Amino acid sequence: MLFLILPLIAVFMEAFKQGTAVFLSAIMEEETFSAVKLTLLVAAITVPLNVTFGVAAAWAIAKFSFRGKNVLLTLIDLPFAVSPVIAGLIFVLLFGSQGIAYPWLEANDIKIIFAVPGIILATTFVTFPFVARELIPIMEAQGKDEEEAAVSLGASGWKTFLRVTLPNVKWGLLYGVILCNARAMGEFGAVSVVSGHIRGMTNTLPLHVEILYNEYQFAAAFAVATLLAALALVTLIIKSLIEWKTQRESGGEHV
Amino acid sequence: MSIEVVNITKSYKNFTALKEVSLHIPEGELVALLGPSGSGKTTLLRLIAGLEQPDTGAILFHGEDNTNRDVRERQVGFVFQHYALFRHMTIFDNIAFGLSVRSRKTRPSKQEIKERVHLLLRLVQLDGLAHRYPSQLSGGQRQRVALARALAVEPKFLLLDEPFGALDTKVRQELRRWLRHLHEKLGLTILFVTHDQEEAMELADQVVVMNEGRVEQVGSPEEIYHLPANPFVYSFLGRVNLFRGRIRDGKVRLGEAEFETEWEHNSGELPAVGYMRPHDVEIALAPGDGHFVQARIQHISPLGPIVRLDLRRLDTDELFEAELSHQRFSELHVEEKSTVFVKLNNLSFYVESPAATTPRPTFLPIQASF
Repeated sequence: MLFLILPLIAVFMEAFKQGTAVFLSAIMEEETFSAVKLTLLVAAITVPLNVTFGVAAAWAIAKFSFRGKNVLLTLIDLPFAVSPVIAGLIFVLLFGSQGIAYPWLEANDIKIIFAVPGIILATTFVTFPFVARELIPIMEAQGKDEEEAAVSLGASGWKTFLRVTLPNVKWGLLYGVILCNARAMGEFGAVSVVSGHIRGMTNTLPLHVEILYNEYQFAAAFAVATLLAALALVTLIIKSLIEWKTQRESGGEHV
Repeated sequence: MSIEVVNITKSYKNFTALKEVSLHIPEGELVALLGPSGSGKTTLLRLIAGLEQPDTGAILFHGEDNTNRDVRERQVGFVFQHYALFRHMTIFDNIAFGLSVRSRKTRPSKQEIKERVHLLLRLVQLDGLAHRYPSQLSGGQRQRVALARALAVEPKFLLLDEPFGALDTKVRQELRRWLRHLHEKLGLTILFVTHDQEEAMELADQVVVMNEGRVEQVGSPEEIYHLPANPFVYSFLGRVNLFRGRIRDGKVRLGEAEFETEWEHNSGELPAVGYMRPHDVEIALAPGDGHFVQARIQHISPLGPIVRLDLRRLDTDELFEAELSHQRFSELHVEEKSTVFVKLNNLSFYVESPAATTPRPTFLPIQASF
């Protein structure tokens, strides 16, 4: 608890050290504003993408048996195993100015590295496992019985998925989304490598905090950091709410 | 609707669940698939439902080939062993599911669905529970919801996988009677899987005995109990005593007892096994007419209306069981360690046929008499 609460208090104390006015001005600054916007944009694209992928992958892995299932599982775990910095470097090697795909990208005037698409790609890669990893054990524990029952009653695959599979994992899914979102907004390593730190353009919130800190603008750095801390707090509260809710619902729920 | 299973084989990665199984289930009958676990009975049920695909063979409904039809087109009512109720839906929504997922063209109106569901709830005696969730019901109630849900789509027939397996004895007995009643009322073809021979005998018109992916025997409960086709069926359907001996010129010797049989093969001496139900063992205090062997009572277990004796033959040292009515037992005035005379009635002998070329030994049942 000490290790969790103390830094949090420190962040807020540092942020307000020079008064509320400094805090507000740091937050209301143009560059902070654009960093917030970019962070939200990245999350808004990354999270739905990974939800779609995660649900599909978890569904395939938990409910069907097929060749290459283990390969898929390993691929899902890969972002957890690889350091985010390496992940970012891989994208630089692929799409950067020395990269394999660079000539083609240049010819078509597409910018990935040091631009928003690179940040989204890197973030998607890093947050790739959250939803799938959250759903696979839940789906596996529930088995295939209810789906089989639905199909035997004449439901199509899509209707079975929408009316039986999805409602049964809704809390797990929400949990996965929350974690995925927190990571997407807070990711530093991979994004730092691919973004290029262009102020007002490719700076996300965590990168912005770092830049401010390196420029000895401590109060401003901590002020922006409070935004991320607030995000963490909200995430934790929602997470506990979901846990409390699922625990209450699963009391004797195992049909 | 009748069901025809033709030469079905189904294997999984490393074992064969069904080996060339053929079966005919006549319209309107209540049929039990009976066998130990791993005998392939559930696999067969799932194949008929379309939840699995056979490797070879065909499945016909009323003469119409359904082998390659999808589950949802087969219109079968399937009730799962653990009910598989939709846990996030109310009982009403569970039963209405099959109707409400239909495409707009074939879907009944909301009012019709409502009437249908309430009719079914009355049929399964659960009216008033429509707005509960599955987790709020008892096992027996869940089972009946599962049945109502399957019946809602007006299936051609019902397939039940171990329908009463997870219930306690009293509820199970109640539900059996209820299912029998339902069958009489609806006249639907019902096929159910069970490993409980008593359940199969009590409920079914026809019993299909399965073992190791094959059908061992099909017949009425009467037939399979009294005329079992082979030792497996014999021993699966109740308690059994085994006596090992040899057969020569149609005569079987089991210790001091000799039996005349109708076996006419003349192929020298062969091993033969005599099968006998414990209730066919006759116990007397003195040797009467016919051949009696002597035995010592090892243990007496009073089981309510009957008494079971564990006996040891004095001539061969073989252990066997006898069951007699409580009344007969008190007439005999026997106790543990006392020696009695035993008459072995209704023995069936099985001889491993030397002519058999199949990898499995064929058994020739012979009814024997003293």
